[in-house]
Amino acid sequence: MTARLALLAAAVLVGAAACGGPDGADQPVRSGAPAGDAAPTGTLTIFAAASLSDVFARLGAELEEQNPELDVRFNFAGSSALAAQLEQGAPTDVFASADEDQMTRVVDAGLAPEAELFASNRLVLAFPPDDPAGIDRSDSAGIPSLADLLDRDVTLAVCAPEVPCGAAAAEVLDRTGLSDVPDTYEDDVRAVLTKVQLGEVDAGLVYRTDVSSAGDAVGARAFREAEAARNRYPVAVLDDAPNPDAARAFVDLLLSDEGRQVLTEAGFFEP
Amino acid sequence: MSRSREGAGIPPPLLVPAALGVAFLVLPLVGLLVRTPWSSLGRQLTAPGVGEALRLSIVSASLATLLSLLLGVPLAWVLARSRIRGRSVLRALVTVPLVLPPVVGGVALFLVLGRQGIVGSWLDEAFGVTIPFTTTAVVLAETFVAMPFLVVSVEGALRAADARFEDVAATLGADRWTTFRRVTLPLVAPGVAAGAVLCWARALGEFGATITFAGNFPGTTQTMPLAVYLALQRDPEAAIVLSLVLLAVSLATLLLLRDRWLGRAQG
Repeated sequence: MTARLALLAAAVLVGAAACGGPDGADQPVRSGAPAGDAAPTGTLTIFAAASLSDVFARLGAELEEQNPELDVRFNFAGSSALAAQLEQGAPTDVFASADEDQMTRVVDAGLAPEAELFASNRLVLAFPPDDPAGIDRSDSAGIPSLADLLDRDVTLAVCAPEVPCGAAAAEVLDRTGLSDVPDTYEDDVRAVLTKVQLGEVDAGLVYRTDVSSAGDAVGARAFREAEAARNRYPVAVLDDAPNPDAARAFVDLLLSDEGRQVLTEAGFFEP
Repeated sequence: MSRSREGAGIPPPLLVPAALGVAFLVLPLVGLLVRTPWSSLGRQLTAPGVGEALRLSIVSASLATLLSLLLGVPLAWVLARSRIRGRSVLRALVTVPLVLPPVVGGVALFLVLGRQGIVGSWLDEAFGVTIPFTTTAVVLAETFVAMPFLVVSVEGALRAADARFEDVAATLGADRWTTFRRVTLPLVAPGVAAGAVLCWARALGEFGATITFAGNFPGTTQTMPLAVYLALQRDPEAAIVLSLVLLAVSLATLLLLRDRWLGRAQG
């Protein structure tokens, strides 16, 4: 247990140190580039929801491989924080949000034309591997209600209602009459996951895809109410994109069969 | 020296960078004032949760300062006056929170005081006490981050204080504890006060360790900086108003305290 905690602490340290680094910027440049006409070059800046980190890093590396002259940079954070940064005029090519509200905010501010939906996600109830509150009982057949999983006194972490995963969590908790159960409203979904991994909470509402990326570090149960509260991911090329060709190329890749496959592998659903 | 009383004679090589420094520190505050939505100020201020977050911030920062005084002043004395081995290593260790990213500090607190932590798991088993996600956790997170400011400040004052007063007290028969209480402490009182203010101010603005270790729950662990951060994601105007409130309260407190000390020092 202690070793696991120490590992996690180390991971957080490394993560904190890596924050703000230009992800994927040091992709090796290949010689013998595919001679597409007007292959995108320069720098492509993408603002994307934190829950898209793994998938977008893969697609970004793929795009860089196809276009050796291109440098893809990411800013992964909570969608609401990203929308606020865009409103303040951050120069960006592509914005991908974890829900439609934050994209609407950007579109309404006149920063982007209409957005395209490319994926959706669902909440699951994550718990530490030793499951101290007994969330994962084998006796519940089929997909249980969240109320059945949380029918005892548990310490629960959810996202704050200001961010997309919190909006979905609030809807689910409302629907099940469990609004007064959470003990902490975290600023993004990774913070909820960290507290579950550390075993400091009995359970946390996180995205299904976060559990896939955490591997064995957490367990999870799906619940019935998640489907109705699922969040859809829109993507848009911004009006003032400094590199619109590259932006379009990335969105095309995201919407292609290949992009869909990467999303599905990571646990995302069709929009 | 009469020269120090003339005041106005600031040498230009100091004046220009000093003025730039003032501009750099003060202009962002002016920016906040300019962007403040004065028309909706009343509505924003009376929004639910604002008073609660402010009260929690002030109470927890004050408790953190009190705890820092209780632990930090003796620690500063040990660092400045004692002859124990490895003092410089000890000094480096206790100032680590100054350079540690507070979020990492929050995780470190989990590893010790969390439900699975070294001390925390024992507290949980023996007394059924869990610290994370409580106001106690807020106070501890703030103390962890803010106490080094007090320690550094008090240690500096102790080093600058004239040790001969303490020697004289000793020759007059005072034991070391009495000397500390009756001679040393009054001697370094301004340094302790300055350290306490610095500590309080740092605790009031604490964000990273608090949101990590104590979580975010209105009324229990949601201090003003947390409320500001979350408001910023949805409604930047509300965040500006909340920041102004925090700014006004801390400025008022600092000015008030300063007047009291100056009054005492002159009287």
